[in-house]
Amino acid sequence: MNNIVTLKDIVVEFDGERILDKINLDIKDKEFVTLLGPSGCGKTTTLRIIGGFLNPDSGTVTFDGKNINGVPPYKRNVNTVFQRYALFPHLNVYDNIAFGLRVQKLPEKEISKRVAEMLNLVNLVGYEKRSIIRLSGGQQQRVAIARALVNRPKVLLLDEPLGALDLKLRKEMQIELKRMQEQLEITFIYVTHDQEEALTMSDTVVVMNGGKIQQIGSPVDIYNEPENAFVADFIGESNILNGLMVKDRLVEISGHRFECVDSGFGENVSVDVVIRPEDITLVDPEKAHINGIVESVIFKGVHYEMLIDAYDFRWIVHSTKAAEKGSSVGINFAPDDIHIMHKSKDISAHREETVNEE
Amino acid sequence: MKNKLVSAPYLVWMVVFILVPLVMVAYFAFTDNDGHFTLDYVSDVAQYTPIFIRSIWLALIATVICLVIAYPLAYILTGLKTESQSTMLMIVMLPMWMNFLLRTYAWMTLLGNNGLINSALGLLGLGPFKLLNTEGAVVLGMVYNYLPYMILPIYSVMVKIDKSILEAAADLGCNSRKTMLRVVFPLSMPGVFSGITMVFVPAISTFIISRMLGGGGNLLIGDLIEMQFLGNAYNMNLGAAISLVLMVIVLLIMSIMNQFSADEDGVVLM
Repeated sequence: MNNIVTLKDIVVEFDGERILDKINLDIKDKEFVTLLGPSGCGKTTTLRIIGGFLNPDSGTVTFDGKNINGVPPYKRNVNTVFQRYALFPHLNVYDNIAFGLRVQKLPEKEISKRVAEMLNLVNLVGYEKRSIIRLSGGQQQRVAIARALVNRPKVLLLDEPLGALDLKLRKEMQIELKRMQEQLEITFIYVTHDQEEALTMSDTVVVMNGGKIQQIGSPVDIYNEPENAFVADFIGESNILNGLMVKDRLVEISGHRFECVDSGFGENVSVDVVIRPEDITLVDPEKAHINGIVESVIFKGVHYEMLIDAYDFRWIVHSTKAAEKGSSVGINFAPDDIHIMHKSKDISAHREETVNEE
Repeated sequence: MKNKLVSAPYLVWMVVFILVPLVMVAYFAFTDNDGHFTLDYVSDVAQYTPIFIRSIWLALIATVICLVIAYPLAYILTGLKTESQSTMLMIVMLPMWMNFLLRTYAWMTLLGNNGLINSALGLLGLGPFKLLNTEGAVVLGMVYNYLPYMILPIYSVMVKIDKSILEAAADLGCNSRKTMLRVVFPLSMPGVFSGITMVFVPAISTFIISRMLGGGGNLLIGDLIEMQFLGNAYNMNLGAAISLVLMVIVLLIMSIMNQFSADEDGVVLM
């Protein structure tokens, strides 16, 4: 497949601070790509560069094979669904959706046909004359999507479009957006800080932090094979420990040596070790190398989340069976549940950020 | 209950200082010196039609000029940095800190036959031109004095337009001219309408500006009314009748304008 959008060495600085630090990204035609990261990671800035609302300080933006640096938004074959919808309050539903077509001066007959198509697509037939301010958040969202898609852009940019909706509606819209994208065969570039949203909808997830791309991959790759501790921590909950790669397929954690499946890190090298909470089984203390005391048990619906205090590390464990609070347990995991990563500086920075936000 | 208590002083204020005076104006307009009902004074007003027409015409010109100056200025203001915006706004407001009479006197000394402008022109061998005591001087005085009342409401509506709405317009194919035409202009209409109201109403009823800058020859309704109460033509009933007719005219003009703005789904200060 062809690349529809290519970013090369994109740098954006604001007041001397680097917002984007040499971003390189290829986006394939008809792909659902999600830019995922915490607030301030540069994902929205990246989107604004593709939309033309911001010009990079250096680097090139290529669209459909042509360099589009400096091309204003109204000349780009790209449309945007804005974070807070940005609908035109002086126009009704029909006129909002028809806006782009009217600017292009299409005949009214063609406009009404295409608007009707869109109303059908977003399930808003019968709302044509309704004032924008009398719509619910979910309905406004649909109008915003229709208003962008009616122009038949090659690429649709979506800036946290579901952020203002409640959980149930958000889940429904996730599925609908994915359906629309597959039906219309348009490239979607989606920005979110919600990892679950990213994993649900995307063909490709681009994890960003601190103005840099941390990992690009399919949702399954990103989840199962995080490239560094930041990605592991950001995509779902993780136990991230300091480890020592003794040699290929042997790692030392908490003073014990474990068989693992990774190799090629060298001998006696410090690494980050990630173990997913759901990959851990709690066993009798005698049957495991690592023991701990159950500190808390929280019911989460599908599973229990337990914190196990193992003296030098506090483990998060997800299990459908609850252990008794205060009891002594053993922590067990299989060799292929141990994910080894190169030490990254990002993890401590991210940790601090999370603490500050709380 | 609590709300009623809080609003009581305002209610009393409105009755004593707005409603009662209005009723009194209407009463005097329709009665003679002895308190008998009569339509004489109201029908007498018809003889001043030329003055009414001149007042409406001059106020209209002043309002249009204010709009033409204020609208682009307000638009430019919203594009500036926040600090520059407040500085610029202060400069706009600055003349309002000075006494109204003083400001108008200043124009007299500028426009007079021996005033600054004619003296300067005289040095170039031109003039003197008759600047003072003309309709032009009256309009100039109105524009100068009431311009801030046009700028402020337009600015305050424009500054509230979400930047992302302008980005959305650009995203959907509008260059800056089309964004202005299709989005900024319709969204700023409520500000335009309240600006028009706030300039037109005081301009149509002014008497100081026309007295000082228009001389005796450019009498406006305001002067006419004032003369009935304070001048040698003392006739309170006629004064009340003229005031009443003026009020009806202003209300008519405003409601016609509201008809237009109702289409824009906006709220208009009236």
